[in-house]
Amino acid sequence: MKKSKYKNIGAYAFLIFFGIFMVFPIVWLFLSTFKTNAELFGSIKFWPESFRFDAYVNGWIGNGKITYTNYFKNTFELVIPVVLFTVMSSAIIAYGFARFNFPLKKIMFSILIGTLMLPNAVIIIPRYTLFNKLEWLNSYLPFWIPALFGCFPFFIYQLIQFFRGLPRELDESAYIDGCGTFKVFVRILIPLMKPALFSAGLFQFLWTWNDFLNPLIFINSVKKYPLSLALRMSLDIGANVAWNQVLAMSLLSVLPLIILFFLAQKFFVEGIATTGLKG
Amino acid sequence: MKIDTNAVVKDKKYKKRDYMGLVYVAPWVIGLLIFQAYPFISSLIYSFTKYNIASMEFIGFDNYIRLFKIDKEFYKSVFVTFGYVFMTVPGKLIMAMIVALILNQKLKGINIVRTIYYIPSLMGGSIAVSILWKLMFMSDGVINKMLAQVGIVGPNWIGDPKTALPTICLLEIWQFGSSMVLLLAALKAVPKELYEAASVDGANKWRMYWKITFPAISPILFFNLIMQTIQAFQNFTSAFVITNGGPNKSTYVLGMKLYTEAFSNFKMGYASAVSWVMFVLIMIMTIVLFKTSNRWVHYDD
Repeated sequence: MKKSKYKNIGAYAFLIFFGIFMVFPIVWLFLSTFKTNAELFGSIKFWPESFRFDAYVNGWIGNGKITYTNYFKNTFELVIPVVLFTVMSSAIIAYGFARFNFPLKKIMFSILIGTLMLPNAVIIIPRYTLFNKLEWLNSYLPFWIPALFGCFPFFIYQLIQFFRGLPRELDESAYIDGCGTFKVFVRILIPLMKPALFSAGLFQFLWTWNDFLNPLIFINSVKKYPLSLALRMSLDIGANVAWNQVLAMSLLSVLPLIILFFLAQKFFVEGIATTGLKG
Repeated sequence: MKIDTNAVVKDKKYKKRDYMGLVYVAPWVIGLLIFQAYPFISSLIYSFTKYNIASMEFIGFDNYIRLFKIDKEFYKSVFVTFGYVFMTVPGKLIMAMIVALILNQKLKGINIVRTIYYIPSLMGGSIAVSILWKLMFMSDGVINKMLAQVGIVGPNWIGDPKTALPTICLLEIWQFGSSMVLLLAALKAVPKELYEAASVDGANKWRMYWKITFPAISPILFFNLIMQTIQAFQNFTSAFVITNGGPNKSTYVLGMKLYTEAFSNFKMGYASAVSWVMFVLIMIMTIVLFKTSNRWVHYDD
């Protein structure tokens, strides 16, 4: 008894000590947004001299022409449809794979699993030329349309796994009651899948929000920039980067993710745990 | 007779319904052909051409010959990429494993700890954190100032070719939280009876880990290993934002090389060749991992 208690103290000490390293960058980021630029580089103090919001106000205005109101709006305009389309298309496609025994299904499923491992780097150049031909560049179509056509095999696979956990008897009894396949899907299965759909939506939100390479390639006018590109641009202006403003905007840009995480922590953790995928 | 017709009708009805499956997967088939298969094959074709949006000219294996024979930058890039993969993937998984094992000991307050450790994975991939990293690890940044307080002269983290890559790897390893949550869930699913039986037999913790725990979670570990390796090979954001490939190309990963050739130099054909070499390297790594997997990955069924 005494021994196990002693051992736990060791475990706690380790977790707390290590936890300090884990949160240090985030705490430092938070406190630094209240510092002046001079303070940021001149002082070694961890705590800001006073809690001023200048960095937020000036950072938000940016260069004066396009503000962060615009960048936030762009980001939501890009991300929200991607999330909705991904969840919708993935659910329908997963339903097809999980519940029907159609011709060529085995081959198609193998291809689906194969695309899980297809590196984005290999297809990004032809995608760029394709979107260029379609005149989709500098719009959010390169993000929305692939989401609409189930180009995220990871979520399809995740939802197929979830479907397999729902008893087929549900479908069968609804068929006997005269329901069609689509009605079974919408009326019976969708309500049962809410947690899985929500969790898929959360991860897609997170990944699309944080995505940098795709916007960098497909979006070229500042007016259409999402947050990721706006932040990157703020480093480009030359030697006199207002670091405190950049940090303030950086913090604001990840704030929606943190809020979402605390509101829906259960879905994040269970979403990871139940599917056993993605690290 | 009556039963027979019923059976036929039933059979036919099922078949008809099964064809509905094709309707449901149709969007995926379209998406696969247009946004995945077509680009995949195109990039292979591009890799044998000199292509810059405006014009395309077939040049056979010239791009590949140039990559392997002339372009010294390319070898460096491959070397740096392997360095990144071999530091981040094991680093992340080992950290995740250690902390998950500690958290699995029925400690109180585990939820808070789990949350704190998870937050870096939440935002770590974002540009915001790359910027933060760049600022913290500057030669006169907060890390070196803190080291100076305890009398250590810190290195020029991102300015020195020796430390630049490890600094970027550290950002990735810092995000081990999501792997940890995953492993923790896997650990919780291991049947308790196995441990009880083993402790009756007098097995020690170390032995229990290797005989019970590790085999039980090995499929999840393996899947993570594969997916993270594929991801790590393609890393771009942190190298681009924190060091821009430098100093002295010490963080010029293949993802950077690909981006620079394609979208700065507009050598789309050459960049496609880079992407296919990257793809082949990923395939080789994946096959090697699969080959070794039957030695250490245990599936129940």
